[in-house]
Parts: sequence; C-alpha cells; structure tokens
Amino acid sequence: MIENEIGSFVGRKAALVLDKKDNVAVALADLAAGDSCLVADDDGRKYEVSVTEKIPFGHKFALVGLEQDSAVYKYGEEIGRMKAAIEKGGWIHNHNMYCERGMK
Amino acid sequence: MGDKFLGYRRENGAVGVRNLIAIIPSVFCSAKVAQRISESVPGTVHFSHPVGCSQVGDDLDVTANTLIGIGRNPNFAGVVVVGLGCERFSPHELAEGIASTGKMLETVVIQDEGDSLKTIELGTRHARRMQQAASQEQRQETDVSELMIGLNCGGSDATSGLVANPALGIASDKLVAQGGSSILTELTELLGTEHILARRAVNEQVAQDILTVIHNMEERLTRQTQASSNAKRKHLISTGNYDGGLSSVVEKSLGGMKKSGNAQFVEVFKYGSAPTKKGLLLLEGPGHDGEATTGEVAAGAQIICFPTGRGTPSGFPGVPVIKITGNPRTYERMKENIDINAGRVITGERSLQEMGAEIYQEILSVASGKLSKAEVLGHDEQFCITRMP
Repeated sequence: MIENEIGSFVGRKAALVLDKKDNVAVALADLAAGDSCLVADDDGRKYEVSVTEKIPFGHKFALVGLEQDSAVYKYGEEIGRMKAAIEKGGWIHNHNMYCERGMK
Repeated sequence: MGDKFLGYRRENGAVGVRNLIAIIPSVFCSAKVAQRISESVPGTVHFSHPVGCSQVGDDLDVTANTLIGIGRNPNFAGVVVVGLGCERFSPHELAEGIASTGKMLETVVIQDEGDSLKTIELGTRHARRMQQAASQEQRQETDVSELMIGLNCGGSDATSGLVANPALGIASDKLVAQGGSSILTELTELLGTEHILARRAVNEQVAQDILTVIHNMEERLTRQTQASSNAKRKHLISTGNYDGGLSSVVEKSLGGMKKSGNAQFVEVFKYGSAPTKKGLLLLEGPGHDGEATTGEVAAGAQIICFPTGRGTPSGFPGVPVIKITGNPRTYERMKENIDINAGRVITGERSLQEMGAEIYQEILSVASGKLSKAEVLGHDEQFCITRMP
C-alpha cells in the first residue's frame, strides 16, 4: 500500500496514486498553479507532474488528460465522470465531476 | 489466549466497560422527568428522545427495540424506566425487554405516581439505591473477545479514507481475529462499495444480504430526493465533505468502508436488534452519526470508534466514543475533543501499521476505564433513534 509511504513526503509538494487503475493523485500538501508535484504511485514509481491550478491538501488532480464523460478512478474504483474535458494537472472536484449515485 | 481488559461482568455474562445507571423514558413526554432523575444522581445517564407515541408498524418497532437494546447494553448496571402511562410504547414492555439481563431494574410511571415531582422523587430513590449497589462491583480481567466496537465516521475529509479509516481497520481486524466483534453501518455512505464488501462475505447468503440492504437504502434515498423540488436538498454528502476534497458519495464510501479492515463479514442484522454471531458485522442503518451509533449501542457495542477528518466533539451517554482524526491540522485545532492523532502518519511520525496498533491499545485502555475526551467533557449528543419511512 502506497499509504505506508506517506511519511516519506513530509514537507514536500507531493501526491499519492492509491491504485494502479487510478487516473488521479491525492495532494499531500496545498499546491499552487504551476507547482511541480512529486507523484508516487502504487508500483513504486515516482515522477513529477505540473499542476495547472490551485489544489488544496487532500484534493485530487488529473494524471492524464480526460475527455468529457470519461470515468475518474480513485482507490481503483470509478468515483464519478467528468462534466467537461480536463488537462493533465487540472483540479478534479464536484465542480467538474458528476456522480449519479447519491445525487439522483 | 487473547489480549485482556478489565470489565464489569453482568448477571447474563455480558461485560460492560462502564458501570452506570441508565434512566430511559419510554416516550418523549417523560423525557424531562428522566433528565431530572439523572441530574439528581451523579453516575447516571439519561436517554431523552422525541418518539414513543403516535407511531405504528416498523417505525414503532424500531423505537421499541432500540430503547430495549440501550437498556440491555452491559455498560449499564441498572435501569430506571420512566413512563407517562398512556403512551403507545408501554414502559412495562420496555422493562420486560430489559428484564432477562438480570440487571437492576425499576419502572416509574407519571400518571400512576400522580405528578412529575412525585415521579422524580421515586425515580431518584431507585437510582440512588442502584448507584450505591453498582459502586460495589469490581472490574475483572476479561478476554478481548467480549468486546464489541461500533464503527462510525463523521465529518469526513480526504484524510479519513487515506489514514484514519485504514488505521482503524487494522485495529478492527486485530479485535476480530481474537474473537471480538466490530460493527460497520452507515449504509448511505457505503454506496458504490457493495461489490467489494460482498466479496468479503463469509458465505453466499451474507453476500446477498450486503447487496440487498445497500440497494434498499439507495432506493429509499432515490425516492426521497426525487420528491424534493429543491436541488440544494439532493446532496447526500455535506459541504464540509466537499471542502475536505471528497467529490462524490462513492469516493466518500470507498474511504469509509476501510474502517472495517479486511476481515470477512459474518452477519447482516437489523436496526434495533442484536447480532447472533461474533466477528465483523454489518448493521442495516443510515449515515446520520447519532442514528448509526445508537443502533450500534442498542446492538451491544460497549465502545464507539469514530474517525473524523473535519472534527466533531459529539459523544454518547454512557458509552465511550474514541475520536480519531487523520488530519494533523484538525488535531491541532481540536485536540481537546480528539483522542488520537492519526495525522502523524501524514507528518511522518508513525506508519499506518503503528497507528493501527496504537488505536487498538487505546480501545483496550478505554475498555479498562480510561475516559475518552467526549466522556470527560460530557458530550452525549449522539443518542438519536432512527425513524422508518
């Protein structure tokens, strides 16, 4: 579990990818637009992603560009779909993601 | 040989982690009398509620069974039932439901005594006598398999699913592995996890039960939200959940289920009833923090474990609520209310495994008498009986 490595990113602009299937990372620090963020994934890879907007602590950003209506994956599961296309590094939240369940 | 704690063994073999007297009104009309009795005798707790009359069918049944379950909870050495006299849910039925535990039990009825002052006096005399008798009970070494914890998260944020819930899941697994019980509920916040939970069922029937109860809860929510003309009333998750980085109920659910660890589910049981098996259990209950923990305490849980990312101070009468936050900023702001700072995983001071072990040890300490912060500060807001539609 990548969650076990959280402590190694203290004080850094870092984010975690919780499952191989995921196309979002969870920010472990407040990120500003243009920040380069260290992303660590479940396969032990580490790479930099430049975020395109402000990402608060605990929020998510896209690891790849996503089309409108494409599925957003976190924990290896679909948590919603995009209302509109988004670029890599963009903030994904309830303003641009929808989920039918619990909202009918 | 499993781990041990120091508990109070009751007549029927159940073990309490507190040794209090419960003052329980059978109907809302007798709630103030119950409260006054409790205020007269330190060491008692009261269970004021807005129901007990003008109800029928499943709704009345759930109220009745829940109040009986609260009275049966082994944290209470004795119970004073306080009735009005004309209510739909008879105080005598409430007392009969509790009686087989063998604990100290008295019933006072306002219309029989004459007025509220006389009833307060009689109830106070009963509570005084019970309290003195209970004070002679001693804690005894008890196997951890006698513990049942209730799981509930409230005020979730992104750290709940990342840190606090997985750490609590480690503690829950450790308890269940030693023969103890752990209750997951909040079905409204398990939408989108049913296929994962069903794979963890001990058999096909339990798997089917998991899928059915979550499906039924979603159907109920759909009916409620479709009937609403106000778009603002359709959101199942709160403003604070959104602010904390959770974007949908499915995202919240996937984090929420992690507090149940990786153990197999052995039984799904109804709100107001007690489980027939030991181990990891699923209670058919809603997501409201108080309604959820009330169902867990009525099922026999002696302790509630409560992760909260945003931070909430609420507690339960007579039952310790251990607050755990995964958010280091929330802990700094609310350390007077929160027992365990699992945010130390995020600040690099603990691993997730170490945090899970620490939560487990805290459960044993609290079971043996250490007061949770919610108890010390007198928080008791969580007692709320669910209503059936």
